Amino acid sequence: MVTRLPEAGLEPARRLGLAIAVKRGAVRCGRPSGGVMEDERSFSDICGGRLALQRRYYSPSCREFCLSCPRLSLRSLTAVTCTVWLAAYGLFTLCENSMILSAAIFITLLGLLGYLHFVKIDQETLLIIDSLGIQMTSSYASGKESTTFIEMGKVKDIVINEAIYMQKVIYYLCILLKDPVEPHRISQVVPVFQPQVTLEVMGDREDRQQVFGVPYGQAETQAR
Amino acid sequence: MVLKAFFPTCCVSVDSGLLVGRWVPEHSSAVVLAVLHFPFIPIQVKQLLAQVRQASQVGVAVLGTWCHCRQEPEESLGRFLEGLGAVFPHEPWLQLRRERGGTFWSCEVTHRQAPAAPSVPGEDQVMLIFYDQRQVLLSQLHPPTVLPDRQAGATPASTGGLAAVFDTVARSEVLFRSDRFDEGPVRLSHWQSEGVEASILAELARRASGPVCLLLASLLSLVSAVGACRVFRLWPLSFLGSKLSTCEQLRHRLEHLTLIFSTRKAENSAQLMRKANTVASVLLDVALGLTLLSWLHGRSRIGHLADALVPVADHVAEELQHLLQWLMGAPAGLKMNRALDQVLGRFFLYHIHLWISYIHLMSPFVEHILWHVGLSACLGLTVALSLLSDIIALLTFHIYCFYVYGARLYCLKIHGLSSLWRLFRGKKWNVLRQRVDSCSYDLDQLFIGTLLFTILLFLLPTTALYYLVFTLLRLLVVAVQGLIHLLVDLINSLPLYSLGLRLCRPYRLAAGVKFRVLQHEAGRPLRLLMQINPLPYSRVMHTYRLPSCGCHPKDSWGALCRKLFFGELIYPWRQRGDKQD
Repeated sequence: MVTRLPEAGLEPARRLGLAIAVKRGAVRCGRPSGGVMEDERSFSDICGGRLALQRRYYSPSCREFCLSCPRLSLRSLTAVTCTVWLAAYGLFTLCENSMILSAAIFITLLGLLGYLHFVKIDQETLLIIDSLGIQMTSSYASGKESTTFIEMGKVKDIVINEAIYMQKVIYYLCILLKDPVEPHRISQVVPVFQPQVTLEVMGDREDRQQVFGVPYGQAETQAR
Repeated sequence: MVLKAFFPTCCVSVDSGLLVGRWVPEHSSAVVLAVLHFPFIPIQVKQLLAQVRQASQVGVAVLGTWCHCRQEPEESLGRFLEGLGAVFPHEPWLQLRRERGGTFWSCEVTHRQAPAAPSVPGEDQVMLIFYDQRQVLLSQLHPPTVLPDRQAGATPASTGGLAAVFDTVARSEVLFRSDRFDEGPVRLSHWQSEGVEASILAELARRASGPVCLLLASLLSLVSAVGACRVFRLWPLSFLGSKLSTCEQLRHRLEHLTLIFSTRKAENSAQLMRKANTVASVLLDVALGLTLLSWLHGRSRIGHLADALVPVADHVAEELQHLLQWLMGAPAGLKMNRALDQVLGRFFLYHIHLWISYIHLMSPFVEHILWHVGLSACLGLTVALSLLSDIIALLTFHIYCFYVYGARLYCLKIHGLSSLWRLFRGKKWNVLRQRVDSCSYDLDQLFIGTLLFTILLFLLPTTALYYLVFTLLRLLVVAVQGLIHLLVDLINSLPLYSLGLRLCRPYRLAAGVKFRVLQHEAGRPLRLLMQINPLPYSRVMHTYRLPSCGCHPKDSWGALCRKLFFGELIYPWRQRGDKQD
């Protein structure tokens, strides 16, 4: 998916510490609380929903970035439920079988539960611990948390990848992992945060590079 | 690099003492395994550590001091603790301190020699990582990292730091064998210091398993010897044995039982899990089989089944006859070639008549056969299902025969047509070059060839229709048998023990770890809590699924369609070691 990436000169953790530097825009609560430096910025994602990025500095060797995704909108939920129930009612008038209505209720409930538990991500957290590794946690709307920890020895580089998604170009942060057999090859590209929830930062390339603080992947690719 | 100190959560509130553990220089991490309390005699401590090093091949040493005191330590205590650094030389020397009742810790690192290349000027950063010793000891990382070097202290630098921590704790079991009730020379605190975990049932089972395994292994070897004797290699029995799925399933189960009761100990955890999964699978199979048996033999259901079987077979035969009558008339409005139609139809009708007579001949014995077949369910549900699949195959043997006749006729026709079509265009198939070449034919060759081509072409719809009908019937039977085989495969390969372990003891199967940052104060070392991240269920299934019979369809969908179009016979399951037709 990614080809011809530049060689990493700096240590990845330190470089990501410079990432998302304060450039312009609203910065809220930049005060230390109990020894932890916190600040918050708001962005919008590629679909227009509001995102909030919160940064916490625990110590020089440990940083955390929290991205809160837009909540489930009542409008879309109502629209889906109404569609399903109208369709079920239409079938009921054709077949005169009341099982269809109960089945529609069950399907709506199970579908909503499944969506909240498996699909809808509320918050994504990136914890970087120097010389230990990088941990990515996704917490879903139903409270489920799924965590992945990548050891620092496996991380080759952290870059921004450009991808073409339908009619626009989006930028997402990704971690490149080393191949265990051949250390110079890249075995896996792990996107940080969901690709749909990608920060859309207006401006030109140099601006974006300054905002993110990391160099680009030189090849432009098609998003899957 | 930041110095990481892995500290067990069980030792967080113990009294002051020495830190005993292992130092991993490549990752700059100190893994604390236990706390050794005052009073102690240094010679005895060194002897104990030497014994542990030899028994476990782990480079255990005294890493530093642990101070858990009421208020700020006095001057004398501080000097005493520093003096200990001279008695137990270790580079670097850790000094952990915690106030009784306080939440924040402090840690000092002393380097005896100046570092050769000063990496980071300024204070040495320390990170405290708390881990649950029992969980880390019992858990198994996936994918398992193989550490080939088992010398004291040697770890290849390419393995991750966390794998080294897990490995250290797992191999230091000998250190955790003594608890506080033992009258030993030294007093240690670790996860088992309140009392060694053991179970009477497990010990009894371990003692009893030796002779039981020996007895059962000898019985099973006897059974396999009987099965491998020369009588079964002769033609009729060997042919039946390879075709019947019951024999295949019995052989599979015999292999499983041999594995379970083998007297060799499992060498690594993967083999142990496989044994455990096999035991669980066999137990589930037998339990389900016994349930089926009790259901069948209760309330004379076998009698009802037997009474229903012959009329059902009759009904199927009658339906087939109706179908053939329909084909012999004008099926779906198509006009068939009357002569060929009559020949084929009468041939198949006679076949069905033979079949019905055979079923009526067998009808008095059906109940006895079913009763004995029902008994076989006590060997396991999979055996009963395989028997069911074989019975279906035997009862629908006539459909299979019809399919073979129809397919062969159609195949011959298609080959003839393609060859004569080439002749019609003036070409021929060059066997040497494996390609189509032009060829000049004589006039009489062309004449006869075209005539034959026309005949075959106009007889094609009839043959094709018979072929289509019987292929569909055959595919229906194959689909039913396929479902049964799928169920058998599922029971055979489901790793029940691993799934149960993942449900009840999720820390045993670890995909990795996760960290949580604990309350932090500026100026104090960073504290993290390390927890086990359990393996997701899909990966448990994928890693631990038992190998199945291997009777999977070998053709892809495209190849299957191609074979159907050209009239080649399809064999949906190839048993192991079958030669290609």
